Amino acid sequence: MLIFERSHPGRRNAAQAPHHAAAISGIPSTLLREDRPLLPEASEMDVVRHYTRLSQKNFSIDTHFYPLGSCTMKYNPRACNTLSMLPNFLARHPLAPEASGQGMLACLYDLQEILKDVTGMAGVSLMPMAGAQGEFAGIAMIRAYHDARNDTARREIIVPDAAHGTNPATAVMCGYTVKEIPTDANGDVDLDALRAATGPQTAGLMLTNPSTLGVFEKRIADIQKIIHDAGGLLYYDGANLNAILGKVKPGDMGFDVIHMNLHKTFSTPHGGGGPGAGAVGVAQRLLPFLPLPVVAKQDETYRYLTEQDLPQSIGHLSAFTGNIGILLRAYVYARMLGAEGMHRVAEFATLNANYLMAELGKAGFAVAFPQRRASHEFIISMKPLKDATGISAMDVAKRLLDKGFHPPTTYFPMLVPECLLIEPTETESKETLDGFVSALKKIRDEAYAAPELVKGAPHTMPVRRLDDVKAARELDLTWKPAV
Amino acid sequence: MPFIPHTEQDIAAMLASIGAKNIDALFDEIPAALRSGKLSAIGDGLNEMQVTRLMHERAAQDVQPLNFIGAGAYEHHIPAAVWEIATRGEYYTAYTPYQAEASQGTLQTLYEYQTMIASLTGMDASNASLYDGASGLAEAALMAVRSHKSSRRVLLPATVSPMYRSVARSIVKLQNIELVEIPFDSATGTTDMKALEQHAGSDIAALVIPQPNFFGVLEDVDALTAWAHAQGALAIALVNPLTLALLKAPGQWAEKGADIAVGDGQPLGAPLSSGGPYFGFMCCKQALVRQMPGRIIGRTVDLDGKQGFTLTLQAREQHIRRAKATSNICSNQGLMVAAATIHMSLLGADGLRRAAAASHANTQALAVQAGGVPGVKRLFGAAHFHEVVLHLPESSAKVLASISSQGISGGFDLQPHYPQLGNAILVCATETKTNEDLQRYVAALRHALH
Repeated sequence: MLIFERSHPGRRNAAQAPHHAAAISGIPSTLLREDRPLLPEASEMDVVRHYTRLSQKNFSIDTHFYPLGSCTMKYNPRACNTLSMLPNFLARHPLAPEASGQGMLACLYDLQEILKDVTGMAGVSLMPMAGAQGEFAGIAMIRAYHDARNDTARREIIVPDAAHGTNPATAVMCGYTVKEIPTDANGDVDLDALRAATGPQTAGLMLTNPSTLGVFEKRIADIQKIIHDAGGLLYYDGANLNAILGKVKPGDMGFDVIHMNLHKTFSTPHGGGGPGAGAVGVAQRLLPFLPLPVVAKQDETYRYLTEQDLPQSIGHLSAFTGNIGILLRAYVYARMLGAEGMHRVAEFATLNANYLMAELGKAGFAVAFPQRRASHEFIISMKPLKDATGISAMDVAKRLLDKGFHPPTTYFPMLVPECLLIEPTETESKETLDGFVSALKKIRDEAYAAPELVKGAPHTMPVRRLDDVKAARELDLTWKPAV
Repeated sequence: MPFIPHTEQDIAAMLASIGAKNIDALFDEIPAALRSGKLSAIGDGLNEMQVTRLMHERAAQDVQPLNFIGAGAYEHHIPAAVWEIATRGEYYTAYTPYQAEASQGTLQTLYEYQTMIASLTGMDASNASLYDGASGLAEAALMAVRSHKSSRRVLLPATVSPMYRSVARSIVKLQNIELVEIPFDSATGTTDMKALEQHAGSDIAALVIPQPNFFGVLEDVDALTAWAHAQGALAIALVNPLTLALLKAPGQWAEKGADIAVGDGQPLGAPLSSGGPYFGFMCCKQALVRQMPGRIIGRTVDLDGKQGFTLTLQAREQHIRRAKATSNICSNQGLMVAAATIHMSLLGADGLRRAAAASHANTQALAVQAGGVPGVKRLFGAAHFHEVVLHLPESSAKVLASISSQGISGGFDLQPHYPQLGNAILVCATETKTNEDLQRYVAALRHALH
């Protein structure tokens, strides 16, 4: 039932709105609204029940193992939420004097310093509001750098074929064309193809390391040299930073610019699809181009740097100062981890992934790169199962829901057929991982013994499989009252 | 170990299964030269008690003045239930609803949101949010250029927030899109129709129409929309969703209505929070749906014919279309949208109207009272909504600093952005302000000018 169907004309929440309906004066009637917007007329209890019950139809980290590859669905500590929502933090207007935000700015400044240290970059801006906006900022800085040197013939960004779709989409938004390069049988970048693709037209390379195939790009030093020798810059997509946090600094690998998904590595909530935060870090030569504002500390006072301080900045990416509330959550998390905790994130994320890969391999599942160490994630292919039983990776994913597990990422990266990209994260226990292995084994048994059961899954969710074709062909994007 | 459940026995058993002698061995593919040393800027971990103390100390430094600033972020009452529900783990810790069967809560909430915001704006369709109003404006400009095909020029009145114009420029300039500034009429504070006329007959992709505009003044939206359509350009409405409880919806502007409506959803349940997270909303006419960026939720049926909700039109998006996507956007501001949906449900049309009307009335009252202070003048004769421009007899920066020293944020200094207005400030009094608050403001202003 939709909230609109719980609506009763004339019902309203007297406690939530001003007591009096103030008069409107001086506004011509031609500018005023005549119709009544379609909003519910429901009591507070109706609304609370409706959305509480709706929430219960979700899988979430708080309720289920959620090993969605490349999304780093780790536990979101509750203290991060509580402490970022202290009343003074919530009440501050973005344009209030900086003197009224010194506590908040101190947190942001400290977070910048922490992120610089853990990534090995020379400067950080916390402003991008999501990973994709961080990518935009990063590539825009690469372009600003080349433009500032009048090196304007560089029109291409190189992207490996295993990259997230945001990479090529971002390059295009920044006015570049995209050159895609293949991956070799080991899951590494094909160096010959990279050499052939690189030249005076190369503005830069976007690389995720470990890659979306879940393996560490070992020849990063060679890649770095090829790109830099050609005058291009190296972009690090931080989607998989969790795998190497505190173990390898992207700055030490030679990257010129990186974005970090704080909603992945720094455990801020995913919120059903955001808000995230996509902080960017840069090497020395890109410092002048950082997106505004950046927090500076002078004596014991914090302030935002502006266009006057950074005249070559790529500019502002949000009306005000990014997703502050999310940044505060990341800060609390980082302080709770401390230096040792940062190392442990990568260690246990990697331990969990390699354990799960080993157990699934022993159970006879087709591990995509058995010759490699898993990073924090790995791929298994359901192609053998599909060939034998007709049960696809999608069917397995849907049946996992019935077993109480959110499925891994399916059909990405596209290089491996019928793939599941599995990222357990460091916050899951051995029992949970063992339970997941058992569930997959059971589903495989079902695929042979009762394939219709698997093809028809899920059976225990609020809805069964949905008709996506109908959704796209007969668009129904808003509810309409019966006439 | 914070947030890591492994016991010594677990670790030993897991390593044995892998066949590795220790955890460090799992990193043996990483060249030794790349392994990082110590982290020098990061101290020891704090436990929850210690970090709680630290954050309370930091928050205690940030005592907030009585706020009279709007300028794109508005202080409104947020019902307690909004964030109680939105921070339930099932909303807070879920991700993008890729697995629709296990995400019906998020998906139905977003579908309800799309219905509400499309109704407020009077448009056919909505997406599931963008980052904020300013980046949303940039996306609207890109969308207009994509659908127009021949023109890469978008007209952007100076009555649009200077922060929004700056963001839009940062984002669209890399695709060689030209944003042409249209000056305002200094008497009314609205877009100068004569200046606009100079662009008549040229190839224009879109005209941005702010309502209310950055000065809080109401534009002649019918005339502007009709003008845009006469040029073969799209009309992009840049609106405050709360004010739409009272103001004519963009879908009803002129004969054909605006084509795209964007803005910031912050007034619908997002705390001020120093600037974010808020959310951008975007609605459009049916014909433009396939040009829209971001997630879109559709209603469909399951195998049994039962109603259900799912992500739809994904072929527009980066994870499918890659370099040819409508945008690179992926994560949006989902949780803020859940909060806004609950907020709108609690207030209903009547509650939103009351909040908007009280904000209008309070600002009106403040303008009258402040106008009684010697030397203070109200600028712009046209109707306004819940913000007003005051002209001061002395340096606006100094006056605001003096008001600030009395515990009040006195307004947004327009001087650096609109030097032609002289010592002008933009002031906002929402429904959260009492008569005593207004009197405090006027007394502080009087004192500052003493």
